[in-house]
Amino acid sequence: MGPVVSASANIVADTATRIFTDLADPQTVNNAADGAWRDRVWDALADAGLTLAWVPEEHGGAGASLADGFEVLRVAGQFAAAIPLCETLLAGWLLARAGISSPAGPMAVAPTQPKDRIAVNPDRTLSGSVHRVPFARASRHLAVLAHGPTSPVIALVETEACRLTEGANLAGDPLNRVTFDRTRPLELAAAPPDFDQTSLMLMGAVARALESAGALEAMLALSLRYADERVAFERPIGKFQAVQHNLARLAGEAAAALAAAGSAADAIERADTFDDAVLLEAASAKIRSAEAAEQGAAIAHQVHGAIGFTAEHILHRFTLRLLSWRDDFGHESHWAATLGARIAERGADEFWPLVASR
Amino acid sequence: MAASLHFDPIRLPPECEALRREVRAFIAQEVTAGTFDPTQARHGDANNPQFSRRVGAKGWIGMTWPKKYGGHERSFLERYVVTEEFRVANAPVRQHFVADRQSGPILLKYAPEHIKLDILPRVCRGEVCFVIGMSEPGSGSDLFAAKTRATKTSGGWLINGTKIWTSNAHHADYMLGLFRTSPSTKENRRHGLTQFLVDMKTPGINVNPIRQMTGQRDFNEVVFEDAFVPDDHVLGEIDGAWKQATSELAYERSGPERFLETFYVLVELVRALGPQPDLRSAEGLGRLVAQLHTLRRMSVSVSGMLQAGREPVVEGAIVKDLGTTWEQKLPARVRGLAAFLEPEATNRTSLEDQIAYATMLAPKLTIQGGTTEVLRGIIARGLGLR
Repeated sequence: MGPVVSASANIVADTATRIFTDLADPQTVNNAADGAWRDRVWDALADAGLTLAWVPEEHGGAGASLADGFEVLRVAGQFAAAIPLCETLLAGWLLARAGISSPAGPMAVAPTQPKDRIAVNPDRTLSGSVHRVPFARASRHLAVLAHGPTSPVIALVETEACRLTEGANLAGDPLNRVTFDRTRPLELAAAPPDFDQTSLMLMGAVARALESAGALEAMLALSLRYADERVAFERPIGKFQAVQHNLARLAGEAAAALAAAGSAADAIERADTFDDAVLLEAASAKIRSAEAAEQGAAIAHQVHGAIGFTAEHILHRFTLRLLSWRDDFGHESHWAATLGARIAERGADEFWPLVASR
Repeated sequence: MAASLHFDPIRLPPECEALRREVRAFIAQEVTAGTFDPTQARHGDANNPQFSRRVGAKGWIGMTWPKKYGGHERSFLERYVVTEEFRVANAPVRQHFVADRQSGPILLKYAPEHIKLDILPRVCRGEVCFVIGMSEPGSGSDLFAAKTRATKTSGGWLINGTKIWTSNAHHADYMLGLFRTSPSTKENRRHGLTQFLVDMKTPGINVNPIRQMTGQRDFNEVVFEDAFVPDDHVLGEIDGAWKQATSELAYERSGPERFLETFYVLVELVRALGPQPDLRSAEGLGRLVAQLHTLRRMSVSVSGMLQAGREPVVEGAIVKDLGTTWEQKLPARVRGLAAFLEPEATNRTSLEDQIAYATMLAPKLTIQGGTTEVLRGIIARGLGLR
């Protein structure tokens, strides 16, 4: 019996790669005069069933595995795609938890911050204000996790039925405060047992970790290419040991993010419930990919020098998104405190057994 | 992309979990019998020939090797489980660990059949201790600058020169040494070195201890004066040792021992913090746990890729670079998190002792077995920069 290896090169990810390569090439997008490319890539992804990958076929989706969807997000990260693909995947997944079918078009998910709360009123309307909702402004619908008097519910809401503030993340992608003021959802149903806001945050955290890993891969490739092309002191700068060591560190950070995110995706794919083992995997993926983001972005910019600081160069498309993603679905410090508290509660003698459980 | 990195999310198969329970039961039994104290990190650095024989009797040395040489034909992942459980328990594995990890695999690949049949079964029984003879007073990281000579004589070779930093040489039965058999050439400065198996009881070998800053003395200077090594102890190609040190290094670089050397300070910190740490401690602890978990998953992944017959050379070097850097910083991180503990915290004395020992040990972690600088060079080469 050999090791169990999940398929890494899969047809779903290949499809995503082809679509992004054709319609969302970072340099082309960076030069584009308008956002027309967004609709084209979105339509292609939707036609291929990728926007609703995590929605079962009976609810109008593609019924792909969680693993395949996570791979698609890694590919999206490799292109720093400024579209709500991750958000729509998560929204579809969340709605499906409650048996709600997904509508067509871009969706966002709320809340995305661990401490934000949306309440269900006795008349089944929603109230509450949640901040930093990625791509809310660009979405047609919101998938919402709200709290009833006894248990959580999942709701589908028209975005225009909510009040949104203007706002953007570091990379200019929409990031909005969304206020529900006795907002009537299109649909509302009970969340499954054991499902709570932490479950949604963990799932979102892993999704962002995969996107981050993909972005770090692309930043490594960009940096290696630039170090080979750029000549200084009569040599390609990649021939200098100081630069080589920086690139080796960048590879290490990309590797750590890839390994942590891939492992967490695999853990979630196989888990029945969001238990301590999933917390360890998902929180670690978010924490470590955020740390890799900080260090990796700094190195990639250092290697690129001034050109990487220009709007014209595509490096910022990756680094700024990567740095922003650290704040979604729980800041890494939030997850570190949560994980640390859980480890402490389990006690010293139960620490190693948890780490070695997989 | 010039280089694509792979870390497949390997899951340990069910037989690994059964084995893990067996190893833990064995450790518990040894601890009860007083063989070692798992809370004493220094014990993990100890040689204990009797313990090693008992480990050998369990079938946990040479686990992946062919049965005809005393091995057990088990998977790299099973070996991984044994290695990590022993390391975390501070078990005294030194007597057999180098032979199990790297000397054995090199013999398997390059030694003549009769030597394999003679030595490897004894390795598997935990009876023999190996050392690595690479560094010299004038050459460390620059391996191919080695000067210790092997001169052809009738029926074998005469060795003259000095190897240094040879951990365990005072306990060792054999050395795998790198000796100069020809000068390097203009075209290839790595040419001219040959790998030899040396019986440490050979006349003409003197082992002189070197005391370390931790107070221990487990590395040595080994002086050769016309020490005779027979022809059949040549491993691989004469003058061509440089061709032989490639993929097997991935085994050596990426194991759990590359990030768990100071793990005990983290366990003691968890104990000292108690069930309800303050926010600062919880956050600091959580980050360290996330980093540890990530390293372990990377390391398990490399092990699984080796098992699948791949050669994750860059990935292995990355694991060692990140792992040793992490385990080196760990004592300082834990020290910071322990700074505001109540003076009467239950295991404060123990924690302080462990931090003190780990702090003294820390500098060597990014030097032994290939420095950080060497590793980053290897990674850079793998990325296509050299």
